[in-house]
Amino acid sequence: MKHTLLIASLVLLSLPTLAQKKPATTAKKPVASAVSATALTSGKKVYTQNCLTCHMADGGGVQNMNPPLSKTSYVLGDKTRLINVLLNGMEDQEIDGESYQNVMPAHDFLTDQQIADVLTYVRNSFGNKASAVQVGEVKTARAAKKK
Amino acid sequence: MKNTLTRLLLPTAAVAGSLALYALTPPARVVPDADNAGLKLPAGFGALVAAETGARARHLTVTPQGVVYVKLSRVKDGKGILTLHPTSTGKATIAGGFGGYGGTGMYNKDGYLYASSDEDVYRYKLDNKGEVTNPTQPEKIITGLINRKQHESKSVVLDNSGNIYVNVGAYSNSCQERDRRPGSMGMPNCPVLDSAGGIWQFKANKLNQKYGDGLRYATGLRNVVGLDWNQQDNKLFVMQHGRDQLHTLFPDKYTEKESAQFPAECMYALDKGDNAGWPYIYYNQEVNKKMMAPEYGGDGKKTVDDKYIDPAAAYPAHMAPNGLLFYTGSMFPEKYKNGAFIAFHGSWNRAPEPQKGYFVVFQPFKNGKPSGNWEVFADNFAGSPEKAASGRADHRPCGLAQGPDGSLYVSDDVKGTIYRIVYNKK
Repeated sequence: MKHTLLIASLVLLSLPTLAQKKPATTAKKPVASAVSATALTSGKKVYTQNCLTCHMADGGGVQNMNPPLSKTSYVLGDKTRLINVLLNGMEDQEIDGESYQNVMPAHDFLTDQQIADVLTYVRNSFGNKASAVQVGEVKTARAAKKK
Repeated sequence: MKNTLTRLLLPTAAVAGSLALYALTPPARVVPDADNAGLKLPAGFGALVAAETGARARHLTVTPQGVVYVKLSRVKDGKGILTLHPTSTGKATIAGGFGGYGGTGMYNKDGYLYASSDEDVYRYKLDNKGEVTNPTQPEKIITGLINRKQHESKSVVLDNSGNIYVNVGAYSNSCQERDRRPGSMGMPNCPVLDSAGGIWQFKANKLNQKYGDGLRYATGLRNVVGLDWNQQDNKLFVMQHGRDQLHTLFPDKYTEKESAQFPAECMYALDKGDNAGWPYIYYNQEVNKKMMAPEYGGDGKKTVDDKYIDPAAAYPAHMAPNGLLFYTGSMFPEKYKNGAFIAFHGSWNRAPEPQKGYFVVFQPFKNGKPSGNWEVFADNFAGSPEKAASGRADHRPCGLAQGPDGSLYVSDDVKGTIYRIVYNKK
């Protein structure tokens, strides 16, 4: 019994390492939305001025007040939905089963470049790892909003 | 052997049984935990974990018989109110629960238990043991209060003339045309104030009261969570949560440091008709002045002298005072009598500066007025100074209540710990 447990836990322990190896082999293909260091630097600057007070330096948010940005479906999921949160703001929306009091104001005063950079930064910080947001994607979302 | 055991056990069980009964009267000796439940307290005080509720414990109240009722902000296992029975050692057992709605307000007076959801206020009849007699059929005394998520909690307290006071928080940070949007200016004649941003007075014994049946007792209060009736000068005292984000919204007028430092969290003594000035002003505790809010033409320097009442006392910014209790017991030393305990839930709006709060403060009072400097009374709810600074606190104090023996109960809405603080020095 003890042995089976030991083996089971060894297998479990080795799983993450296996999982980590996998993307390394596929990463050789050129990725359309690669994350550039410039975008991260500029994104961090936008984050510090506009996002940090509510979502906090570690992206963990504030329980019941402001949602976390780490590993949530909104941040890691559909990019257009995420871009629209910045363009339109968000209110009274349950996120991964939790509700939050504070209003997220529309940040449509940020430029397309700033929005792309800050979202790329958020999607690659606080334990997140996801593709970059392109200026073109923000432009398309903003144009769709105006229609 | 068995017989001896039974003979030995029977009287023990009988003694234990009578102790359990006795527990509902003030216990003889409450024993603090060896580590004082992780809290830092003044000399002579001790603390214990009375109960772990595992729920978001907001305000709480203790009946004259010692039964503790805890309001949960979110329903757990179908219950929004928990009933706790303290035992002779001070540890409490969770005896049950009722009230299938989340909320914050919890208060008892003259044989009734009052509880609020984020829209309504209910009351339950208590029997002579302090137990609720109608858990499934409370009287709904107030209904239809505004709830737009932001500042949604409704705190309640009663006076000695049959009135109940309810906070209705402003569904806005500073009444901007567009809430929390950088540079957006304040709406003229802020429309939020007609139904929120103040304290409403209703009758404690009348059913189904709506706004029109009550009275806007005081206005210009952004959001109040902690409030209590001061028995010495027969007056309502409240703690306001001051506005957020001076720097984020007006970066050309306020630095990050100023934004973390201002405005003060204010204590107000309220008379009927008072206006504390939100959203038009905020309070600067360094110069003791009411400042014109940037949404209404302020620049961090312009002051406003008339119209609005001054706070009774002011505290550092953003610490979120969620509980207020005037101490009327006799367990604690004389200096605490009739003074105020304030539970500061802890800040989030000081970033990137270190966060602050996560403690219970004592404010000395003399003849019904704050007198002398406040001091931190119970500290380290966060678990460590680093956890407090980062805002990632293990526990956050929220509600305060006084037991019949004079011990101080504190609730925590992160993990649901119910603390009990006692004085043991003789």
